[in-house]
Amino acid sequence: MNNKSSNEEKKAVSRRSFLKGAGVTTASTVAMSAGLLSFKAPETAPKRPPVLGPGDTEVRLEVNGQQESVWVEPRTTLAEALRDHLHLTGTKVVCDRGSCSACTVWLNDKPVCSCMTLAVDAEGSKVTTVEGLADGDTLHPVQEAFIEYDAAMCGYCTPGMVMSCAGLLKRNANPNLDDVKAATSGNLCRCGTYPKVFEATLAAAKKM
Amino acid sequence: MADINKKKIVLPLAPNEEFGSVKHLNTKKIKLPHGIPGHNLTEIEREVSADEPPALAVNDQLSVVGKRTKRIDAIYKVTGAAKYTSDIQLPGMLYGKFLRSPHPHAKIKSIDVSAAERHRGVHAVHILSVEPGGAVQRDNGHDAPAETYHVDKLPVLRYVGQPIAGVAAISDKVAREAVQLIKVEYETLPFVVDLDEAMKKGAPLVFEEKVEQQQTGGDVGGEAGAGQQGNLRGPSIGSFYGGPRGDVDQGFNESDIVVEGEFRTQVQTHCALETHGIVADWQTNMLTIYASTQSTKSVRNDLAELFDLPLSKVRVITEYMGGGFGAKFGAGHFGVMAVVLSKKSGHPVKLMLDRKEEQTTAGNRPNSQQMLKIGVKKDGTLQAIDLTSYGTAGIGLGAGVGRVAQDMYTCSNFRMAQYDVFTHAGPGAAFRAPGNVQGCFALEQLIDEIAEKLNLDPLAYRDKIDQSEIRKVERKKGAEKFGWKRKQPGSDSGVVKKGIGVAQGHWPRIIHVDSSATVRINKGGSVEIMSGVQDIGTGTKTILAQVVAEELGLKAEDITVKIGDTTYPDGPGSGGSVTAGSITPAARNAAYQAKMQLLGQVAGGWQVEIADLDMEKGEIFAKSDTSKRMSFVDATKKMRTNQIMATASRPDDYGGFEVGNAIGYDRLGSVQFAEVSVDTETGVIKVDRVVAAHSCGRPLNPLQIESQINGGVIMGVGYALYEDRIMDKETGYMVNANLDQYKLPYSKEIPHIENIIIEQYGAHSSTDASGIGEPANVATAAAIANAVYNAIGVRIYELPMTPDKVLAALQVI
Repeated sequence: MNNKSSNEEKKAVSRRSFLKGAGVTTASTVAMSAGLLSFKAPETAPKRPPVLGPGDTEVRLEVNGQQESVWVEPRTTLAEALRDHLHLTGTKVVCDRGSCSACTVWLNDKPVCSCMTLAVDAEGSKVTTVEGLADGDTLHPVQEAFIEYDAAMCGYCTPGMVMSCAGLLKRNANPNLDDVKAATSGNLCRCGTYPKVFEATLAAAKKM
Repeated sequence: MADINKKKIVLPLAPNEEFGSVKHLNTKKIKLPHGIPGHNLTEIEREVSADEPPALAVNDQLSVVGKRTKRIDAIYKVTGAAKYTSDIQLPGMLYGKFLRSPHPHAKIKSIDVSAAERHRGVHAVHILSVEPGGAVQRDNGHDAPAETYHVDKLPVLRYVGQPIAGVAAISDKVAREAVQLIKVEYETLPFVVDLDEAMKKGAPLVFEEKVEQQQTGGDVGGEAGAGQQGNLRGPSIGSFYGGPRGDVDQGFNESDIVVEGEFRTQVQTHCALETHGIVADWQTNMLTIYASTQSTKSVRNDLAELFDLPLSKVRVITEYMGGGFGAKFGAGHFGVMAVVLSKKSGHPVKLMLDRKEEQTTAGNRPNSQQMLKIGVKKDGTLQAIDLTSYGTAGIGLGAGVGRVAQDMYTCSNFRMAQYDVFTHAGPGAAFRAPGNVQGCFALEQLIDEIAEKLNLDPLAYRDKIDQSEIRKVERKKGAEKFGWKRKQPGSDSGVVKKGIGVAQGHWPRIIHVDSSATVRINKGGSVEIMSGVQDIGTGTKTILAQVVAEELGLKAEDITVKIGDTTYPDGPGSGGSVTAGSITPAARNAAYQAKMQLLGQVAGGWQVEIADLDMEKGEIFAKSDTSKRMSFVDATKKMRTNQIMATASRPDDYGGFEVGNAIGYDRLGSVQFAEVSVDTETGVIKVDRVVAAHSCGRPLNPLQIESQINGGVIMGVGYALYEDRIMDKETGYMVNANLDQYKLPYSKEIPHIENIIIEQYGAHSSTDASGIGEPANVATAAAIANAVYNAIGVRIYELPMTPDKVLAALQVI
């Protein structure tokens, strides 16, 4: 989560904060829909968000440049929507609680943990996954460098690692080693590819 | 079809009755490189089967093998195209989910699954009576296990998280809901999760009767038929390198200096990024399995046995897998459950463990308490080594640690007593150099203590007592790269103190002769290699391509590698650093035999002798007449059949084995150097730099070997400083069953790592390669511990070396 910008933090509702607030939200929406409060509500009351669920709801996304629509329960995470509904299984779920960054995708060009983002909160957003990083047959320089420097071993952290590193180069074209370490400080790799990931990312930056 | 519930678990109670060494109809003598280039390289003659290919030259005379070669499947990993077991989606596939024990020790009085069965979207429910993976109680006085798969028998629950029942439903969420609808009445029983508590008299017993356990990959200490008293099982007094030696008491009497210490290491969890899991598709004619496994054949064999199917009717596929580190062998409780649920429901069932299940139920490195005592003469000669160790693998076996102390240094008087201690916790499993990592932490610290007492440099002392030629070279080259200069312990002034340390590692050279591969040359020039062996992230696909390409005079990228499927000839399991040394000779031999078939046809066409032909740089040519030349592709177009194919298996080591059919001569030695900074106010240790000097026989692909060494070092840093499974003594729960409270090294904890890979030829096989996975991990924690001592002048005897332990050692708290 460290590689989210503060702007992004405000926009994206994490699953944890969603769940924390769920009790209150549900109670008030139930009250609203039952009409208990409606007679008191002034006409100028702020517009409340639509009530979603518990059944499937439509979420429209632009994924890797394609307009997509998925029908999912509101509790569905963006990672689940991508993997189970759009069959984009490059994005991996490892810790399922925002501590390993294997599920990193770009939401409106900023890296986020897709396991901590509800699909409904990504409605109308632009999502880039590891499958959409290359430009057609031309790999992203970070992908090229990962191959050249052997930065992928079992490869399970690699999609998240690649998205974090490519995300870094988007916001900092000339990073140093500490910048790369900071950008990947949330990415867990149990095989221990870190030294090669650092090398590859610095080499990719030079090529770009 | 036998009923799964009636099937007995077969345990390896009888000694292995395989045939011993193999005789050949025709043999030939070949001269092979032997020794370390630049040090003692020479040639040695071996008598080998006439089918063997000619000797492979040393690496600098080759064009593909030994060269830094890009991982051939990396492109699929960096683009997200690689499909792992967790990514498999089949038509009609259901999702499996477990009900697991909420108690560390309990009996099930009743279980009612009817509400779960009625839950909308649920297709099957099954109750598991015995968990594969842990030790199994045997009938008192008999060898046969008492606990079998009986449908009417409910399991005794022995740890929090033990599987009880499974549900298959249309989605993961529905399966979770259904699990919550299973009603169980428990009778809770007293339990113990702490090593010391479990050893006390009157401690709650984990098993009432004697137990046995099937070994998986490279486990130690769980030998069949060992004694058992209370929660203690053992002692195990030997390893495959033999038993006690000499007279230890007399050895100590004759010693001038005796050092001893009690060392403790923690429980470490594997934390593979992809959890254990399987997709099972039970069809009438075939059981198809997608498994995240280190051994496709072990999954197939387990399931065939448990479900009474012929081996030919079970197919296991592992195209990509997200890390194993020793814990992923066999079908596992999840695999058995997925197959039962698939059979019951008539649908494919996917059962991937969630992270919490992975951390609590899918294996761990047992902890250890080691009492190690070493006696030496004034000149430093080792006189006696005595080791007693206790460790818990929870409800499982395999906590032995003694092989390093037994085998790394020459000492004529040696004994050990290794005990497994049962606790009410998840079963241990093989974990990257099982036993040796724990053992090395103790042994290499005591060796340092002796060096200090003798006023010798730790490297100079090891030069004196270590007979290993490869480690001698590693010490020398490592010291040069590291800039080793002896430093007085605790001599830095200031708050942050720097220290340097060195430690040595040891791992046996293990070969699985049950390793085969097929090489197929197709019309048009495409070449395939096929084997059941799997690539667990180590780069097996790439080294196979390299070996075949070298033999056929092609490039690695010209070879299509099809592995991880039991449809192909059996490969080795990938554990214990056996893979490279086991499968690459089979691959080269198959390529050589296919090549001979093709050359036979060319020789017929050109009217020359086969021996006059060779392949190089994509061409076939006659050595005696260079005008006779044809591209490989063109030659294949003239083949009389569409394909040429050859299958070969791993022959015995050329010089035979040291022990049985698996333990080769030579060891995989390593020497690692560490530099640390210790903040004496906060107690925080930072590893700044590691130099890792390693050998793995003939290095096949230095690029990938570097990655493996980095990985071993980083895992060692985690083991030394951060990782620790914390059990709550009051509830029996693991309190940090996740990837944030279980502390792991991330990018900011990574030291600067430099590798030294030393070529070492042993003339053992047609490739003479060995693995590097385990060796990379053995010495790191010990090297860091020695560096910490060098920094602060106080030794730390317990892992992980967290700030509290540093401050306590400094007597600050």
